[in-house]
Amino acid sequence: MSILIDKNTKVITQGITGATGLFHAKGALDYGTQMVGGTTPGKGGQNVDITLENGTTVSLPIFNTVKEAVAATGATASVIYVAPPFAADAIMEAVDADLDLVICITEGIPVLDMVKVKRYMEGRKTRLIGPNCPGVITPGEIKIGIMPGYIHKKGHVGVVSRSGTLTYEAVHQLTTNGIGQSSAVGIGGDPVKGSEFIDILKLFNEDPDTYAVIMIGEIGGTAEEEAAEWIKANMTKPVVGFIGGATAPAGKRMGHAGAIISGGKGTAAEKIAKLQECGIKVAPTPSEMGSTLISVLEERGLLEKCKS
Amino acid sequence: MNIHEYQGKEVLRQYGVTVPRGKVAFTADEAVAAAKELGSAVTVVKAQIHAGGRGKAGGVKIAKSLDDVRKYAEELLGKVLVTHQTGPEGKEVKRLLVEEGCDIKKEYYVGVVVDRATGRVVMMASEEGGTEIEEVAAHSPEKIIKEVVDPVTGLLPFQARRLAYAINIPSELINKAAGFMLKLYKAFEDKDCSIAEINPLVVTGSGDVMALDAKLNFDSNALFRHKDIVELRDLDEEDEKEIQASKFDLSYIALDGNIGCMVNGAGLAMATMDIIKYYGGEPANFLDVGGGANKEKVTEAFKIILSDPNVKGIFVNIFGGIMKCDVIAEGVVAAAREIGLDKPLVVRLEGTNVKLGKEILNGSGLNIVAADSMADGAQKIVSLVK
Repeated sequence: MSILIDKNTKVITQGITGATGLFHAKGALDYGTQMVGGTTPGKGGQNVDITLENGTTVSLPIFNTVKEAVAATGATASVIYVAPPFAADAIMEAVDADLDLVICITEGIPVLDMVKVKRYMEGRKTRLIGPNCPGVITPGEIKIGIMPGYIHKKGHVGVVSRSGTLTYEAVHQLTTNGIGQSSAVGIGGDPVKGSEFIDILKLFNEDPDTYAVIMIGEIGGTAEEEAAEWIKANMTKPVVGFIGGATAPAGKRMGHAGAIISGGKGTAAEKIAKLQECGIKVAPTPSEMGSTLISVLEERGLLEKCKS
Repeated sequence: MNIHEYQGKEVLRQYGVTVPRGKVAFTADEAVAAAKELGSAVTVVKAQIHAGGRGKAGGVKIAKSLDDVRKYAEELLGKVLVTHQTGPEGKEVKRLLVEEGCDIKKEYYVGVVVDRATGRVVMMASEEGGTEIEEVAAHSPEKIIKEVVDPVTGLLPFQARRLAYAINIPSELINKAAGFMLKLYKAFEDKDCSIAEINPLVVTGSGDVMALDAKLNFDSNALFRHKDIVELRDLDEEDEKEIQASKFDLSYIALDGNIGCMVNGAGLAMATMDIIKYYGGEPANFLDVGGGANKEKVTEAFKIILSDPNVKGIFVNIFGGIMKCDVIAEGVVAAAREIGLDKPLVVRLEGTNVKLGKEILNGSGLNIVAADSMADGAQKIVSLVK
């Protein structure tokens, strides 16, 4: 088991003929993902041939619209590599086509575009991951996104993070210690995004194959604090955390009026304090995300189960 | 992106938001000419820098005559203003806003921001104008009133009126104040602002509702559709290294320490700063070379780090995903050769093509200290710069 995606998930790539879309469609196919097609308006009816690492060539159909792609391929998920000015439209097109899951990798979408996207998604069935994220991987089964697949290992620890490279760092620390992952989810670094920590924690909590979770947050907003409260009240599995940005200068990234809305919150110190208050062990440095989790697994008698 | 107050007021004027008449001046002569043209009994001379707290730092002067205007303009131009937002080094004043004085009856606050929690734009208003809104939030949060905006309709007139009533705008001016707020929201939305803050919003003796100050910040992701705003960028206000970095699409922020950092990914870059500090060092910068960096970009990043005279050593921390370790290694070697690196360099490589990357570094003949992990690398560079 896993969350969000597994080996049966059929995926299309929006923006498949762009250099990035094509490169990562190949990476996904190499990993074993069921990529079943893609969209590029104006190129519908053509095919794109992708030669894999093992020498075989896969020919994927291109469609003009997501609706056509879904009707023809039975895809339930899409991944978006469309350029920032057009990415919000691409998300809404995927939502309109009633996909279960849309993963938007694109970095640099205007915030007010995302405000519109969130409003558009209200009452719809689609779940959005991202934007500005590495994607989602269920090791050994399926990879949708830009993460290096080989650092992962199939297993029982869930990873959820606002940062791409910090996710890789955590996964790598786990894998080198013999601990596999059920799924790793990058929710993205943008202020307005599709899924928050709590959305993903809920899924991990319900997944019988996930025994523990690493949550990687950073400065800005209050999503980590809200997640900590939720964990304390609902989570039946151990969670460890890390918060990046303890040394980031105030006001450089966030305008200060933004902090008012959340009652002056958003610093790493406040987040760490809240996590600890809610019983979540926090790794003191990013080098210790893996070892902190291992210490908690040992305490709970879960280490051997997580190594199998 | 940040702009000056006078530019912000110009943008707001395009949307019909009432602002005092005023002109920008780069010299004392221009300031006097501007004051003459305004012809008001009282003239305000305001230092234009990209930082708040100018009033308290002596950057705002009230002139009662043209001689006063000249005196204050000469005093302010070239002066280094230190406010709570500039840092201890302060910022040199190169531009002034010369503005008509107005008869202030009461000051209020109005701000527009994007609220992460709701994913919506929120307009905030308060009766406690003129003071820092952070202070108001800290001591009397109930005095900050908020309206959440539906992006389909935009801010609605009733919401604006509700805000105006809630902050006790005099009843005869409610419609004017609501109109002001609606226009402010329109400007925020049209121009993709990240913040639009009017502090203070004032009610004048002659019954006007106007923006006495204006702070507009823009979403840098949206600048591609606002060429007019891009033109307002003042490079004098930005760190030279940050300007250079932006040309190469590198995300760089200058800091006060002495350990230069080159990292891929914003999260890892922040975490690298944290771990340096954890082991007793001080990072000199935040630098994210991004996921798709090539050799040239890495070389440029290296040059920018080394152009900071405070840098005593460099820590390269790369987790190669899309970014391949050999590409980073080649860039590091090329840059170190080109510049003639004479400072300690610690490199931690992990991920895609890591073996190849390490071979390139080892075979370069350069004095590069290899690290096995982030913690190992951070400890090594901290001890090397001490």
